[in-house]
Amino acid sequence: MLPRSSLTALAAALAIALIPAARADINVGVTLSATGPAASLGIPEKNTFELLPTTIAGEKINWIVLDDGSDTTKAVQNAKKLIGENKVDVLVGSTITPNSLAMIDVAVDGETPMISMAASSRIVDPASAKTRWIFKTPQSDALMADAIAVSMKANGIKTVGYIGFADAYGDGWLAEIKRSAQTAGIRVIAEEKYNRNDTSVTGQVLKIVAAKPDAVLIGAAGTPGATPQKELVARGYKGKIYQTHGVANPDFLRVVGKDGNGTLLPSGPMLVYEQLPDSNPIKKVAAEYITQYEKRFGTRSTFGGHAYDTFLLLRAAIPEALKAGKPGTKEFRAGLRDALEKANVVATHGVFVMGPLEHNGLDNRARVMVRIENDKWVLAK
Amino acid sequence: MDLSIAALLAQDGITNGAVYALLALALVLVFAVTRVIWVPSGEFVAYGTLTLAGLQLGKASGIAGLLAAMAVIAGVMELVRAAKLRDGRGLAPRLAGWTGAPLAIAGLLVLVAPLEPPFVVQIALTLAAVTALGPLLYKIAYEPIAEASVLVLLIVSVALHFALLGLGLWFFGAEGSRTPPFTTASFEVGGVTVSGQSLLVVLTSLALIIVLAWFFNRTLYGRALHATAVNRVGARLAGISPSFAGTLTFTVGALVCAFCGVLIGPITTVYYDSGFLISLKGFVGAIIGGLSSYPVAAAGALLVGLLESFSSYWASAFKEVIVFTLILPVLLWRSLTTHHHEEEE
Repeated sequence: MLPRSSLTALAAALAIALIPAARADINVGVTLSATGPAASLGIPEKNTFELLPTTIAGEKINWIVLDDGSDTTKAVQNAKKLIGENKVDVLVGSTITPNSLAMIDVAVDGETPMISMAASSRIVDPASAKTRWIFKTPQSDALMADAIAVSMKANGIKTVGYIGFADAYGDGWLAEIKRSAQTAGIRVIAEEKYNRNDTSVTGQVLKIVAAKPDAVLIGAAGTPGATPQKELVARGYKGKIYQTHGVANPDFLRVVGKDGNGTLLPSGPMLVYEQLPDSNPIKKVAAEYITQYEKRFGTRSTFGGHAYDTFLLLRAAIPEALKAGKPGTKEFRAGLRDALEKANVVATHGVFVMGPLEHNGLDNRARVMVRIENDKWVLAK
Repeated sequence: MDLSIAALLAQDGITNGAVYALLALALVLVFAVTRVIWVPSGEFVAYGTLTLAGLQLGKASGIAGLLAAMAVIAGVMELVRAAKLRDGRGLAPRLAGWTGAPLAIAGLLVLVAPLEPPFVVQIALTLAAVTALGPLLYKIAYEPIAEASVLVLLIVSVALHFALLGLGLWFFGAEGSRTPPFTTASFEVGGVTVSGQSLLVVLTSLALIIVLAWFFNRTLYGRALHATAVNRVGARLAGISPSFAGTLTFTVGALVCAFCGVLIGPITTVYYDSGFLISLKGFVGAIIGGLSSYPVAAAGALLVGLLESFSSYWASAFKEVIVFTLILPVLLWRSLTTHHHEEEE
């Protein structure tokens, strides 16, 4: 038996030998909204992180996933914990815009790059010393609103009524559609608000129907988007109904049922990847992700796609960043930031072409118009 | 606003108001008998709709598991009690009631769900399952602290609300559900379309209110509850067990809430967290009734429904603000006109 002192020495030597190896792991800190009001968005994202490989470019990746309960304070706490305690090399999250906006300062203070999975363009624009560290994967509302305005113009629509959530999502969409509609020569003639949990939207819908718009846009996410739609149909509204990409999940189809027929909405191409032409490079990437996802978790969700796209960005950027320094160091984080800014990646929702002024990097390839036909998403011409 | 719009809004307001009225009644009942401000009542509403929607899809959902788990806990509590008292008398029937019956309902739910039984059977099963949660919750969470202050009971209620909310997310998922309409009929009354569904909701609520009134005034059990509500100590001296009164109250309360859930399922999309806001509006109604008067609470709830409907037309962005601001003048008026009837104990 070895003397006690040499055992201690051996342990110390082992520990010293192990430390650099442990440090070489790349830690990715994720905070997302798997519970609370945004749970329907956060759960598929959480599922997606379970599918991801644990090595990139030969380096071990630790995905540290925390839930912020759709709560801004909790998201900031998570971000502080991930940077302070887990010493993460990159921060991913959160699911929703208010949480992501609140996390920016934490990421910048920690000189850690952050990739948000929330929609608002305010997260990355305008480019500044702060947003230098911030990237995001989902399409901005502006991009999607333009797609809606183009489709409305093509359908000969002159006036539009708007009903949306009485929160940041609904207000953001109202502002975007007003801007897009104006450029397309369309007038917004009615604006109504409702809450996700409202048992009735009869009042709002009656007011919109009374204004007789050619089309109605519903600014909502998930199944709550079905509430005004069903009410519009019940009140005999005959114009076109538009939804936002927020409703692109199977539960919406289940709840809206036949009242959804003919509804148009913009979406990331992954929703209808089977119907894309083979020449579209997104088709292959989306197929790879969705086959994996559907095998384990059931029907696809475009929100899971946003999570997968953060992985695709990281997979492209990490080999570059490794040239700048070892994981866990300031140099590596700065290198990762620089590499993300140069990323040119085909993903499930579009093609990211990042640049110093472009930290979202998506263009028209990241949107298609989709029509609901008999409980199915159909690519509109 | 023309007359037809006003009529439609009134119809919408009365339909929602009827549901709030039922909830207000349940809240008043539970508070009067047990002094519990029943915050988780909303979860019972959501569980009602979502269990029924789950059965529609042939799924028994996690509620069967919850029932089974609570039944086992209640059974263990009974055994511990019997062991402490060293008295095995009456244990068998109590175990059958507290553990056997809920387990049977849970088992039935799991067995019958995949068979896609007729709609009526699905509704009956839903009501049975959600109602059974009521007394179990009382037994496990409230009865051991039945003599605690109103504040402690309220804190327990809030905790249970969050627990049931989390379980709801787990059982039913984050997205909402609707159930198929009971009827698609609609009637023309003076140029205004009245949907059969809203009529059904109002009539059923009315019927349930009448049944409850009959129960409290004409039946022995109902009178026992009524007596407990009026004077707890007096009722106890007269031989009405507070534990029995509490159990019965939570059974009736849970049944009413589950019923609300079944009623609103076809009108609106219900989420795992929808219940709280619905019960809060019932609570505003109950507050208008001073948490003691049934008719005033029901009228208050109807007022909430109408106010909500009309304010959603006039100022949709401020709808909730308007509805919940209503409680301020009511509280002021009540505190000025009535003396404080809930004395510090």
